[in-house]
Amino acid sequence: MHLLDNESAAAGTRSAALGKASSVPGISAAQPPSMDHLDELEAQSIYILREAFARLKKLALLWSLGKDSNVMIWLARKAFFGRVPFPALHVDTGKKFPEMYAFRDRFGKEWDLDLRVEPCPPIDSVDPTLPPAARSAARKTEGLKLALNKYGFDGLIAGIRRDEEATRAKERVFSPRGTEGEWDVRDQPPEFWDHFNASPPQGAHLRIHPILHWTEADIWAYTKREGIPIIPLYLAKDGKRYRSLGDQDITNPVASTASNIDEILAELDATKIPERAGRALDHETEDAFERLRVAGYL
Amino acid sequence: MNMILPTASISATPNGTTRPQVRIVIVGHVDHGKSTLVGRLLHETGSLPDGKLEMLKAVSARRGMPFEWSFLLDALQTERDQGITIDTTQIRFRTRSRDVVLIDAPGHAEFLRNMITGASQADGAVLIIDALEGVRSQTRRHGYLLHLLGVKQVAVVVNKMDRVDFSADRFKEISEEITAHLIGLGVTPTAVVPISARDGDGVAEHTPRIEWYKGPTVVEALDALEPARPLAELPLRLPVQAIYKFDDRRIVAGRVESGSLKAGDEIVIMPTGKIAKIKTVESWPVTPVNGPQGAGRSVGITLDRELFLERGDIIGHAGQSPRDTRRIRARIFWLHDKPLTKGEQILIRLGTKESRATVVAIEKAVDPGALSNEENTAIARNHVGEIDVSLAQPVATDPYTDNPRTGRLVIEVNGRIAGGGLVLSVDAGRPAVPVDIVPVESALRPDERSARYHHNGAVIWLTGLPGSGKSTLARALERRLFGNGGSPILLDGDTFRAGLNSDLGFSPQDRAENIRRLAEVATHLARNGHIAIVAAVSPSATDRAAARRIADSAFREIYVATPAEVCETRDPKGHYAKARSGGLPSFTGITNDYQPPTGNELTIDTSNRSVTEATDEIERMLATTGILFDELTDLAANI
Repeated sequence: MHLLDNESAAAGTRSAALGKASSVPGISAAQPPSMDHLDELEAQSIYILREAFARLKKLALLWSLGKDSNVMIWLARKAFFGRVPFPALHVDTGKKFPEMYAFRDRFGKEWDLDLRVEPCPPIDSVDPTLPPAARSAARKTEGLKLALNKYGFDGLIAGIRRDEEATRAKERVFSPRGTEGEWDVRDQPPEFWDHFNASPPQGAHLRIHPILHWTEADIWAYTKREGIPIIPLYLAKDGKRYRSLGDQDITNPVASTASNIDEILAELDATKIPERAGRALDHETEDAFERLRVAGYL
Repeated sequence: MNMILPTASISATPNGTTRPQVRIVIVGHVDHGKSTLVGRLLHETGSLPDGKLEMLKAVSARRGMPFEWSFLLDALQTERDQGITIDTTQIRFRTRSRDVVLIDAPGHAEFLRNMITGASQADGAVLIIDALEGVRSQTRRHGYLLHLLGVKQVAVVVNKMDRVDFSADRFKEISEEITAHLIGLGVTPTAVVPISARDGDGVAEHTPRIEWYKGPTVVEALDALEPARPLAELPLRLPVQAIYKFDDRRIVAGRVESGSLKAGDEIVIMPTGKIAKIKTVESWPVTPVNGPQGAGRSVGITLDRELFLERGDIIGHAGQSPRDTRRIRARIFWLHDKPLTKGEQILIRLGTKESRATVVAIEKAVDPGALSNEENTAIARNHVGEIDVSLAQPVATDPYTDNPRTGRLVIEVNGRIAGGGLVLSVDAGRPAVPVDIVPVESALRPDERSARYHHNGAVIWLTGLPGSGKSTLARALERRLFGNGGSPILLDGDTFRAGLNSDLGFSPQDRAENIRRLAEVATHLARNGHIAIVAAVSPSATDRAAARRIADSAFREIYVATPAEVCETRDPKGHYAKARSGGLPSFTGITNDYQPPTGNELTIDTSNRSVTEATDEIERMLATTGILFDELTDLAANI
């Protein structure tokens, strides 16, 4: 360590550390750039997407056109170096906002997605004991079942997050569903150390949740950093904006002046109003959402 | 649930992208107050969303209960109806210095799998104990599991202090018991905090009711827990997730578990040991990326040459690669209804590798919740133990102490995760012994054989320098024993090398394996009543000791101690001449690498006695050590 003679103590310490690291041939002496919170989230999501692709035979990604599933598609393109190697499935209630359909038609092409649109069955095919908004949302579950039967998917990648809603907080990353798409919340398998249960029984499927660990704020911060396109309904117009996008008739805007993502982030930092406050179906009865999810809703 | 604290008291860095985020699991015995503490924490830090408090009041009233904080997290109908947490859940709030993700884990033994699911994601833990009930079975079990899950930062909270009149003595008693228990597991608690979660004492603020306590509040204790750091300092480990060929690139994809990599690095792919160089580090939308990629990154690399590698391989740097093995010892926890027993077929997952495996041994199987350390032969549900597994394929791994990321495994039964644990040691080179092989017993009894042959089975091991006379003696002994009606069988080292051992060279490892095979075959013959006569240089004392262990009491070692000069002049196979001219680089005899035996049954120098005399000596030794019988008197008469 003759460098110590000529250089400052600090420089000497640094070169000593480098000397140790480079004692094995071919190993870099420079330090890798440290990872920030978004880097960590991204790396974890990519790991999950690659595990799903490696372990399941017939995958599809559920594209609801919202901010979360757009981030998910972006992450899939990162995971697979530019292309999404499985279909993007849009289960269409036919009641989305026109801006959402325009977004789908444009970016389905631009992102070179294998887009499959599955229309939902009419409302009278849905459990009549559910409250009205939940019943309307449950159409989506039925549409999903139709798509599952039609294509035989064994894995559906869905953009739900733990911070959205209390029953989603209890979800697994790889979440088994029954043959009817149902969620057995009493008997979820253990899942740890990024080892996933990826063997659905014959006729059943798995839900894969690559952004389960993200928050609403993470989604916006990442959307901004990566420059991911969004539907303009998320930005305030006439003092209102949508925090969450669903069917036109059961989704309400919130009061807001946020006209860009930075302003959305500042608003989220201060609010105590939950993200899904504008979603009627979450609030009809104490267990409405759990009942929907047990039956196979996202 | 998205619960974000108002910004009043906190520097407004938006949304946790720069503040450290720490994940903390709350564990402990059922009903000791985990969910209540979480509810209280959110309330005290002003983190509850609008309308939540009113909702909880309504939900509690509907069930005819007093206000119940735990309903905040116990979102499922069955949880609220039964008043217990079934599954793990997560909730966020902020303290002064960081964003906290609180993981609430169930305390009920029936839902231990959910506790593990929650705790495995944590950087640190809060272990909660009811002041009235004290340390209970799940307290101990959760403490043990935190240790197995690698959660090293643990703060202890003694709850329900109001039930013991805020007694400092009671607190001290519990504090000492749990501290001793945790230290026994290698975990030193970061704090032990007396609180009443229901009333709020000690959660965010000190109250007069616990004026004797001067340590941190729960919020302060949480603030002291650090986020886990990626393993940047350890050698590179890149488990291969997949190989993609979407275009003309062949990209090896995976997540860097430790260390870092960059283009140009020389790498080794384990367990095959193949060597390559990283050509590029690929990415999207910009590619390739320059500079090193560190631990925690999901990456894709291309290599400078076409070689076969597959999902499950681990890439390391040359000189710092993981071990390859087919045998692993692990300390595990077991979650399956059916106990894990010796001989069971399981699936092991190590990183991205999966391999069928057989449990060959179970030790230290205990209930970590019980006070006694009664050991069982099987590992029951929610118990722990150490297992030896024999893997159907070679795998790359590290002991847990070398690398906590690659040194852990999970066990799958019928496609569902059934347990997991830490790799304690890796047994390189020791081949797999599947216990499901059931040897077929001979139809003959040992005494039937010995009545016919007039001898017991034995392994006679002749060791000595090349040319010392081992083969000559072996042949003479074979003739003598056969002439007396016995059943000798000659196993010559060189003969074996031409067939069974033709895959082996003369490296120390190959020599050891050569000796092991000879010993196994000889022992098989000895067990079936024959006298196996092994003539082999067998220069290594260690290898011969291994042979003695295999043959056990049937082993008779004879050192053919003919002086080296005599051996060289004999040179029956021309080896010495060849070695002297440099044609046999690892020839034992002129390289002085022969290690003479010490505990051998007989030593014979063939330079000063005839073959017949030497054979007589061996025969006498076999008689006095219980191999030959009946003929002893006749033999004596013949001499």
